[in-house]
Order: sequence, then C-alpha cells, then structure tokens
Amino acid sequence: MAVRRLAAEQPKSFSFNKKNEEWAKKQIAKYPEGRQASAVIPLLWQAQKQAGGWLPEVAMRHVADMLGMAHIRVLEVATFYTMFNLEPVGEHFIQVCGTTPCALRGAEDLIKVCKKRIGEQREVSKDGKFSWLEVECLGACVNAPMVQINDDYYEDLTPELLNKLMDNLASGKKVKVGPQVDRQYSAPSGGLTTLKGEEK
Amino acid sequence: MPKLIVDGKEIEVPAEFTLLQAAELAGAEVPRFCFHERLSIAGNCRMCLVELKGSPKPVASCAWAVKDCRPGPNGEPPVVNTKTPMVKKAREGVMEFLLINHPLDCPICDQGGECDLQDQAMAYGVDKSRYEENKRAVEDKYIGPLVKTIMTRCIHCTRCIRFATEVAGVSELGAIGRGEDMEITTYLEKAMSSELQGNVIDLCPVGALTSKPYAFQARPWELTKTESIDAMDAAGSNIRVDVRGREVQRVMPRLHEDVNEEWISDKSRFIWDGLRTQRLDKPYVRVKGKLVQASWADAFAAIAEKMRATNAKKVGAIVGDLSTTEESFALKKLMDAIGSPNLDCRQDGSVLHPKWGRASYLFNATIAGIEQADGMMIIGANPRKEAPVINARIRKRWRAGNFKVGLIGEKADLTYDYAYLGAGPDTLADFVKHKKAKLQKQIWLIGQGALSRPDGEAILSMFSKSVHSVGGISDGWNGFSVLHTAASRVGALDVGAVPGEGGLTAREMVKAKALDVLFLLGADEIEVESDAFVVYIGTHGDRGAHRADVILPAAAYTEKSGIFVNTEGRPQLAKRAAFAPGDAREDWAILRALSDVIGYKLPWDSLAQLRQQMFAAHPHLAKLDQIVPADSSALAKLSKLGGDAKKTAFKSPVTDFYLTNPIARASAIMAECSRLAAGKLPQAAE
Repeated sequence: MAVRRLAAEQPKSFSFNKKNEEWAKKQIAKYPEGRQASAVIPLLWQAQKQAGGWLPEVAMRHVADMLGMAHIRVLEVATFYTMFNLEPVGEHFIQVCGTTPCALRGAEDLIKVCKKRIGEQREVSKDGKFSWLEVECLGACVNAPMVQINDDYYEDLTPELLNKLMDNLASGKKVKVGPQVDRQYSAPSGGLTTLKGEEK
Repeated sequence: MPKLIVDGKEIEVPAEFTLLQAAELAGAEVPRFCFHERLSIAGNCRMCLVELKGSPKPVASCAWAVKDCRPGPNGEPPVVNTKTPMVKKAREGVMEFLLINHPLDCPICDQGGECDLQDQAMAYGVDKSRYEENKRAVEDKYIGPLVKTIMTRCIHCTRCIRFATEVAGVSELGAIGRGEDMEITTYLEKAMSSELQGNVIDLCPVGALTSKPYAFQARPWELTKTESIDAMDAAGSNIRVDVRGREVQRVMPRLHEDVNEEWISDKSRFIWDGLRTQRLDKPYVRVKGKLVQASWADAFAAIAEKMRATNAKKVGAIVGDLSTTEESFALKKLMDAIGSPNLDCRQDGSVLHPKWGRASYLFNATIAGIEQADGMMIIGANPRKEAPVINARIRKRWRAGNFKVGLIGEKADLTYDYAYLGAGPDTLADFVKHKKAKLQKQIWLIGQGALSRPDGEAILSMFSKSVHSVGGISDGWNGFSVLHTAASRVGALDVGAVPGEGGLTAREMVKAKALDVLFLLGADEIEVESDAFVVYIGTHGDRGAHRADVILPAAAYTEKSGIFVNTEGRPQLAKRAAFAPGDAREDWAILRALSDVIGYKLPWDSLAQLRQQMFAAHPHLAKLDQIVPADSSALAKLSKLGGDAKKTAFKSPVTDFYLTNPIARASAIMAECSRLAAGKLPQAAE
C-alpha cells in the first residue's frame, strides 16, 4: 500500500444532490443524538459514488460539516480506509488482487494486461474508461486470479478473459459478473465431481 | 480493594487502577511513550508491557485494569511481574521496532538530552541493528509558527492529538494514513489555533515536535534552570526559566496540581524573545522634548527637582500589571511617606477594592475547586483568552460530565458548550432575585470586562446579590470568583495599593491637569492624557516609556525575586533567573534609592527587610503557596451597595491574547502569532 495523498487537482465545490441528501439524512437519523459522527463512512462512500468514484477534498469538508465533525477527523477516516480513492479513477476502476494465491494463479499476467492497456497504476486511461490498482487479498482465493471492477468481482481470469472483459466494458456491453469460466460461484469447474445424485 | 502481587510485593489498589498505576504504587518503574496521566489511554506504543501470570502474552499495563485480572486457581491475587526476562525481552523487541524507522539524528535533534526515546533506548535498547532496509522518511508539516515538526522522528504515540482534542479542546491535529504510512498533521497543514499548543512540545516523547523559536539555541545540559512563577496572566502558572549566559532561552511549565497542572499558555512559554528586545537599559531624561540618556544620579535629580516644586496632593503613582507584591508594597509605603493618597493598581479602571474584604476580589472557588463544582456562570469574561490554563481546567470539568455552564457577555468559542444567556447587565439583573438553584457548588466567575467600566460598582453589587440569591455561597463553599487578568493585581490589592482618602483613581490621575508628578511602575496599559511630569519605572520601550519624562530602567519578571499572588489569592515566589540588562535595577531597589533622593527614605536596605515588613503588615503573604480562605460574610456589604447599571454589553478586556503586556508587544514571536490569529499572515507550507 502506497502513501495515500490527496490529489493535486481538486474540484472547487461539492454538495450532495437532492437524492443523496435525502439518503444521507436517513443515515444520520439512524444514530442517537450526539453520535452523528458514526455516519461518516456511509456518507463518504455516497460522496465518492456521486463524485465519480473518488473522494475530493471538498467532499470531505462537506461531510464533516454535515456531521459536525472536525475536518481533520474526516480526513483521518478517508485516508485510513483504502476503499476511499483520493485521486480520480476511470469509469471502470480495476483492482487487481496481487496477494499470494492470486499471484500463484497468474495475477502477474493480469497486471501485465492492465499495464499494456491502461498504463501505470493509478493512471487513468486517455479515454477515461479505465484505471487500475494492485490491491491486497480481496478474499476470493478459491477463484484466483480475480479482479474487482467498481462494485463487482470478476473471477477465474486469464489474460484473454480480462482483455475480453475490458473490451465489453469499454463498448458498454453487458458482462457476466463472478466466475468467467463455466462454474457456479466456487463450485468445481466443468460440473459437479461429487454428490451427483440421490443417495442410493 | 483488590489485592495484587507486583514483583513479589503484595499491594492493595482500587479496582479501576491500571496495572501501570499499580506497578508504580508498588515502586516498579514501567517505561512508556504513549501513556500520559492527563490524557486518555491509547495503548499503542507497547512499551509498558508487563508479565501477567496466566496470560500467554505480555500485556500493555497502561490499558489493563486491575479489575480485569483473574485470580489464581485457588483465589490467589493476580501476579504481575515487571522485571522478568520475558518482560525485558518484550520491551527490547518493542524498542527495536520503534527504532527501525527512527532516524539516528540525536546529535542534531533539539530533544537530545531530554528525550524519552533516547533515555529508554539506553535502558532497553540493544547496541546494534538487525535492520538493513531503508528507513522510512516523512515530510515535515507546517503546523504553525510555534511548533517545529521533524516528522521522520515521530513514533506515533498520538499524545499530541489527544492533547489537542481533549485538553486544548481544538480538534486540529490528526493522524492520516495508517500503519507505517501514518502521519501526524493538521488539516491541510493549517496552523494550530489553540493558545495551549506549546504543550505538545513537552508531551512529545521524541524530537518530532519541538519549539520553533528555540530551535538549535541550546542544549538542555547547558541551561541554568530556575523555578519561577509566570506573570503573563493572573493564573500564576508555575514555570521553569531556562537561562544560558544572560539570556532566557526558554520557559517550561512546572507541575502544580492546584494551579496549572502541567500546562502553560503559549504566551507564558514563548514570551522570552520579548525579554531581549526594546529593553530599557539606561536611565533617560527628557530634555527639550527629547529623551536623552542620563546617569542614575541625573535622573534622580530631575525627579527631585520636580518633587520640590509640587505638593503631595499633586503626586500620584500607578502600579502596572507585571509588578511584584513587594514593589506594590514599597510604592504604597513611598506614597504614604510623601503623604499622597493618589495610588492605584487598577489601570484598567476596575472597581475591585480591598475595603469590601478580600473575598470581594479573589477567585474564591479556587482553580482546583473548579473540578468539584457542578455548575458555572461566566460573566463578562473570556477565560480562554484571559487565562487559558484556567479555561483548560473548566473544560476538564465539563468533559467529566454533569456540568452546566452559562455565559453572560461576549459570545466566543470557549472549547466547551455553554448556554448563552445574554450580553449585558440586563441579563445579570434577572438573577438578583432568582430562586435558589438546585446546584450545590456553583462557581460565579466575573471578569474584568464587567468590572472595569464606569458602572462597575453597580455590577459588582448585582453580581454579589445574584451569587447569594442563587445559592453560590454555602457552608464550606464560596462560588464568588473574580478572574483577574493582571499578575500583579491581587497582590497589589492585598497590600492596599488603591487610592486613599480623597485620592484619585488611575483613570482620574491621567486626566489633564490632575497631577504634577506621576509615577508609572510598569504601567503601560493606560494613556496619560495630562501634561504631568511622568516617571516611568519599567522594562520596555512601550507606551509608558514613550510618554515618560524620566525613564528608570527596571527588571522584568524573570530578572527579580518577588511574590505574585494569583487570582485565587495564592502567594507564590518568583525567583530571579537572569540579571537585568545594562544599568537596569530591580524595582524595589529603584524605589528605595528614589525615596532617599526625594527625601522620604524607605525603612529597608535589602529585599529581605522589605519582605519582612510586608509580611508583618500582611501575614497571609508569608504563607507561600497557601490560600488563606477569605471571609465570605464580608460580601453582604457589597450586595447592599446597589447603584444603576447601564445596558451596554460586557466586553472582554483581552482583545488580542498575544499582545497584552509590554514584554509580549516586544516579542517577534507573539507578533507573528497575533497576525496569524487575526488572519493577516499568509499561511503556506514551508
């Protein structure tokens, strides 16, 4: 994990749109009086979604002011959790798992694909469609190697499958979420190997 | 109380004690970095590991309560060991981890010689490193003009964050990032705004936060340390003045549980550069409108000539805010000898007067008493600016819960919540016939902002009535509390440095044609409008000296021995840490010499003799560091005073916290802080 810093270029202003504002109020109301700061993570998350996948500094201040927190307290939270992106990301933000099981199963090849198609880590591709980041274990080791793109996991990848996936995402086609080979969740590929029928 | 065996010694401690506290009671020394008695427990440095029998791993003693220990199989008391090989090894391991990323720059570090990490590395460290990788480097942060940061040295104890949030009450410091990449900073490197921020320098166990003005000035072992008393406000904070050669290099707090705990304000801490600049080091006499350097004899002769040409009624004297009690006493005796009733220590126009008894001008509830109080009413004061250390005590009480604060006066950020009741005397009048409140121990705090106005006496009377009717005074509790802003004030009131029969007050003395000769004993906060012959006895080329006809150079509060009585009425002895510059002399000696020249020789030849006479006249001043409780029944007289109060709102007398006295106005550091607070200093990372 690299040192996380605020992006050099920041938007001038941020405020929740009407829908998110309503949503945020509901979140805040979940907590008892005086404990509003508890809503900081959901609010930051929503702000990140609204701002296009990353969290501008003005958004942190906006959330801090909404919750009556000191600005530094929100900055602490935003810089602590890696799920908050402090720099702009592509429309499809690819997080490649590079931890041991995925690495053994070919994560490095996936990284090569990303490097070739997008560029260095944390750089947004010229068309704005993609950016990528190598991350620690995402907890889907059974289906290694895998990536997370925005909110979804794409598993059992090969360089070819990842290329195809990115083509489809770029052209706006519908893609299959989860394992990219013929298996359901983490069941064996090619169909069941045991427990095939009723007990005889 | 549960029993505990620490290093084979059985002790009995309260259940809520931590193992660290218990171990200290048993006489065992436990090293620590993040733990601090006055801050919340963080438990993140792991240096205080001890062995707890039954626990497979060593436990952090600062975060482990005695009540959480399980007894032995047959009900034996829990066993804690602090000196076993396991503990030693664990601490060595922690120390090794801490030193992995700590630079070995002690030779160029200002903390060197008084560094917790350095000391503990000597005790628990090993003499070589197993670590061959590069050390982590962290960018330095700008957090204001007072605190210098070298963040590579930071060991992430978070004491500074906890201090800023809990004690100072300004959540400005924080830790961004995590793990190895954690960094201490303010939000986008804005300067800190707390007036207690200097304390993070003392709290920092390493050299990450050091004093910016003191940077590379001296090593701790070169300094001569003198225990003294602060004169920047009326709290009477206990300080240590560190001097090298002739010059004060820094000011540090000293522990006094009943006064300042272990904090001091930034003004107390960083004022010292003002002691070197704008100093008066030679007597001056005004010749043809211009101040000309003169000898002591010439200066005295000029005064004697003017004194001969006038009569006693046309002579007056004003005691300034930084004078010691001895000086006030000496000046009082001198004015008595001359036969002039014109003497006043209240240059701000305050109406407090010893004739209503000592209780009428003291902070009777005492500073430590704030912690027992269950409610507080603040009238015409901004304690955060007028006495930051006392404000920290109020905040401490407020944080403990069940403490209501009301405010009548200027709205301000006091670092704690309060109910805003009103702006002026109208609101106070509502309490004059108020029914008794349920609160048992109320503090009614009145500031000089309410008392130093023309209708001050009426307000003081109203205040006294209110305190009585709401129940602020009961058996064993006197909530009538006056917050002073001048260090000299209570002492001067104690010795009666107020106008005698038919005498003029300070405000009247400076009016045109009121007097022929006016002595200013370091009085700089008052404009002399008259064309009187002004003799200024003081330290700095400030307002008083500019107006003066004769300047007699005197010693600043670090350059003389004297008693300061704080706002509670606690006499404390300030000691001489350095000598006054040039021809400047201690004020009592100047007054003694002057008295001889003008023909009213004062009856003492040494400070000890002067003190003896003062103690004889005012025995309570001899009881150093003790508060002689004032008689609260005398306040009834005050309630009967009556009078009409105007409707104008109360205003705090401290408009600029950093520039309240001549020393502060001569200090470049204070000037920078003042500009920063006023928003006039552009802030940028260095």
